[in-house]
Amino acid sequence: MVTRLAIIEVESLSYTYAESTQPSLIDINFKADSGEFIVISGPSGCGKTTFCRTINGLIPNSYGGKFSGRVVVDGLVTTERPVFELAQRVGLVFQNPENELFCTTVEREVAFGPENLALPREEIIMRVDEALDIVGISHLRDKSPDELSGGEQQKVAIAALLTMKPKVLVLDEPTANLDPMSAKSVLNVLVDLNSVGVTILLVEHRLEMVSHLADRCVIFDSGKIVLDGAPQNVLYSDTAANLGIGVPKAVLVAKALRQRPELERWMPLTPRDLLKLLRGDLR
Amino acid sequence: MISLEGVTYSYMPGINALDHIDLNIGAGELVAIVGENGAGKTTLVKHINGLLKPSEGRVTVCGLDSKAVTVASLARKVGLVFQNPDHQLFAETIEKELSFALVNFGLPPDEIKRRTEWAISEFELSQYAGRSPFMLSGGERKRLALASVLCYGPEVLILDEPTTGQDNRQKVRMASLLHKLNQQGKTVLVVTHDMEFVSDYIPRVVVMSHGRVIADGQSGDVLVRRDILERASLVPPQLAEISWELGLDPPSIRLDDVVARLAKLIGGAKA
Ligand SMILES: Nc1ncnc2c1ncn2[C@@H]1O[C@H](COP(=O)(O)OP(=O)(O)OP(=O)(O)O)[C@@H](O)[C@H]1O
Ligand SMILES: Nc1ncnc2c1ncn2[C@@H]1O[C@H](COP(=O)(O)OP(=O)(O)OP(=O)(O)O)[C@@H](O)[C@H]1O
Ligand SMILES: [Mg+2]
Ligand SMILES: [Mg+2]
Repeated sequence: MVTRLAIIEVESLSYTYAESTQPSLIDINFKADSGEFIVISGPSGCGKTTFCRTINGLIPNSYGGKFSGRVVVDGLVTTERPVFELAQRVGLVFQNPENELFCTTVEREVAFGPENLALPREEIIMRVDEALDIVGISHLRDKSPDELSGGEQQKVAIAALLTMKPKVLVLDEPTANLDPMSAKSVLNVLVDLNSVGVTILLVEHRLEMVSHLADRCVIFDSGKIVLDGAPQNVLYSDTAANLGIGVPKAVLVAKALRQRPELERWMPLTPRDLLKLLRGDLR
Repeated sequence: MISLEGVTYSYMPGINALDHIDLNIGAGELVAIVGENGAGKTTLVKHINGLLKPSEGRVTVCGLDSKAVTVASLARKVGLVFQNPDHQLFAETIEKELSFALVNFGLPPDEIKRRTEWAISEFELSQYAGRSPFMLSGGERKRLALASVLCYGPEVLILDEPTTGQDNRQKVRMASLLHKLNQQGKTVLVVTHDMEFVSDYIPRVVVMSHGRVIADGQSGDVLVRRDILERASLVPPQLAEISWELGLDPPSIRLDDVVARLAKLIGGAKA
């Protein structure tokens, strides 16, 4: 067994927003090894976005509020470092990217990060071209972000993040406004980045699209982590069924067709896996 | 109820965001509009509430030609919930957000109170009473935007990407609410990329690509047409995939149907 280094360590983290009386995160303990691909899900309002904001230090550095516990990212304690320093290690794609776009052209927007790092010009151009190409929006480079469709704006935000080449990528529902093919291609990009060692934290409600890509699934409910484990174990659990998270249809079909002892051996997440499970019976 | 005849629209000369669209939607229908990013879905629905007027062709809503009436007069009949809730929310508190349109339409105070309270409980926002809309989670803001439009009871309701940021339980609630509105005779249009939501809950689907309508029909028929889906950068619903993968012909998008047919195929395998 290979032991990997923890790149994110969260210890007894609790957090209450300045304007709120109830905590949004309660005693969170969490660890991500370098190179892991982790999917985060859970009911609306359970604390996923808040958790993401603690990983790149926006909470508490920019938000204030009541923060206790410790978040360490790549050896840096978030409360001791300015957000811009953390931003070079942790890239965060927001839930509503449009609100973050402010440059006059797509190209400028995407170049903004590396320009601020004062990288050499050729390097910036290379990163920008590459990022635009990866998300498939090279043809939009001279357009203004506010002349784009909702999905196109989301792609701009993702491209802007890719140019920073961070070690950890935190994505808060990055495919929410994307058409299914674009969503797939963005997810493929994440898989590729992950295969060269980038740690991925992906918040997503539509588990059918992402659970089979992940090493681990972490489920929040009411500010707490209630499930943390291999996607199969999490999605076939009673807790997941009771929470009403979006379990893949292949799971529902398998559960309807199979008794529990058999399921424990073989838990399909995708149509293809389901076929493997049933192949013997089908002929 | 809604009719588009030869509707063409361009933001910039030479590029048609809508290209000769013909579309009819009857009173009391529940219809999904799907298609790739930039297909023209948002542009289309903005024509139905009169925010945009066609460069060519005609849009008629509730018997009114959209060019002949103001946005304000259509707004009462056609409620549009924007793709990004932050374009819509502006008030200091949730309650003010919900009552804004009602006050504007001159409803009596007790009616305003009744509707606001209904919306807060229907959308599970009561624990945030008195709070600013901007201190809500993404999914909560989306629900508030929807609630504020529903409150004034438009005849036609258009939701641009209502399920983004919603967990499965909220989606189920939203679906049953849409069906309820539908039964009350409201016309409901849902723009979405969520193929699961469409296949599970919406009977008719219109597929757009490059400013045109490339398919229009029952969800069960349209969503299993690979050629159409591919052209519009869509993927089939999971149950269609499962049907194909496991050789069920014709494919189905209903869970009970797929399970029953598989159970039959594997015969004694189910204990
Ligand atoms: N700026 C804020 N000030 C006060 N409370 C907030 C703020 N942002 C979020 N909250 C509250 O904190 C809780 C967790 O919110 P968070 O945005 O983390 O949820 P989420 O899991 O991302 O939900 P969603 O799936 O709807 O995006 C919610 O109860 C929300 O109302
Ligand atoms: N304000 C604008 N100015 C110029 N072009 C625009 C404007 N808004 C949209 N467009 C362009 O018009 C086309 C249709 O956009 P529209 O927003 O209707 O697409 P959509 O189908 O809603 O896409 P999405 O699924 O990404 O929201 C796209 O090519 C887009 O770039
Ligand atoms: Mg969120
Ligand atoms: Mg749109």
